[in-house]
Amino acid sequence: MSEPEAPRDVAPAETPVQDRPDPRFQARRGRNIALAVGLIVFAVLVFLVTVVRLGANVLDRPL
Amino acid sequence: MATMTSAITAPTDAQASPARWQDYVQLLKPRVMSLVVFTGATGLICAKAPIHPLLGAVAVLCIAVGAGASGALNMWYDADIDAQMRRTRGRPVPAGRIKGAEALSMGVILSLLSVMFMGVAVNWLAAGLLAFTIFFYAVVYTMWLKRWTAQNIVIGGLAGALPPVIGWAAAAGEAPLNAWLLCAIIFMWTPPHFWALALYSSEDYEKAGVPMMPVVAGAASTRRQIFIYSLLFVPICLLPAFTGLGGLPYLAVSGAGGLVFLILAWRVMRSRAGDSADPRLDGRLYDVRAGARDARNLFAFSILYLTLIFATLLVEASLGLPTFLNLIPGGV
Repeated sequence: MSEPEAPRDVAPAETPVQDRPDPRFQARRGRNIALAVGLIVFAVLVFLVTVVRLGANVLDRPL
Repeated sequence: MATMTSAITAPTDAQASPARWQDYVQLLKPRVMSLVVFTGATGLICAKAPIHPLLGAVAVLCIAVGAGASGALNMWYDADIDAQMRRTRGRPVPAGRIKGAEALSMGVILSLLSVMFMGVAVNWLAAGLLAFTIFFYAVVYTMWLKRWTAQNIVIGGLAGALPPVIGWAAAAGEAPLNAWLLCAIIFMWTPPHFWALALYSSEDYEKAGVPMMPVVAGAASTRRQIFIYSLLFVPICLLPAFTGLGGLPYLAVSGAGGLVFLILAWRVMRSRAGDSADPRLDGRLYDVRAGARDARNLFAFSILYLTLIFATLLVEASLGLPTFLNLIPGGV
């Protein structure tokens, strides 16, 4: 009555787990996207503030 | 010390549920941030000074980020207290989703970033006031006053009261008397607001060892002090109408709302809110529960009242409505 042994190179129990998205990976991906968005917004802000602060003065310089 | 304590109180598998980006947002105390943004923007617009809309928005953003940074520093240092209180134990650091050191790093980096950006993009008076606000909240209030004295939220309230001054300074490059009047309104609003909350959650503060007024002086004294502070607070709310800041709508809103505020504070004083009840005495228990309802009513209305008076000032300044003094014959 012994159960037949599963082939050694196949791990049937692991397959569904591999299909499931890893929550750690998802969390890290979310954090990375949020950080990237924050950095882009900051860079754009620095650019816009520079333009506003300089204004027309950018043309007022000795050549 | 706080990091050691938080390391002890935090779950051992600190990364059991991995930190999501929303946890980092929570670290910045978004609800406090929204109030700070609102009052800061009110100060900026009430200054009625010419400022480029983008620079105005950057100033408000810097105030928001600075407030968030001080919130992160507060969560880092207070992780041991937060872990013991029902209202705060789900925060990212005591829940173990974010390490204390991460909260500290985020707080320091965002503090520096917000102050420097305010200085470079707007002006250094606003940046200096922002730096002082962050220092006052994170160091003076969080690390010193909160665990030491029952006057913690009275003095510490200055940190929450400064954003309108920062906003005003950002727009005008100066901080005149009317800017400090807005600061005084929030400063005097803080004790009745937080003590009303403390009256119905004093058990949590006692358990965490935080010397809130109901824990140290007792509920009856706290209820009396709430009423006294309310008596001082409401007239200060009326003052902007007589200093050339508020108009007739402001006078009406602050007057009518102030009356309701005083009635609610009176009810709290006459109630048994915060008294420890003997569960064997049903009548007393009922009184205490009814008193807690009075305290909740004052707590909720205090938020509404502050929002209403600042919103009225904001709308009046945005629409260019005449101030109350302009309407008086022979007025300024």
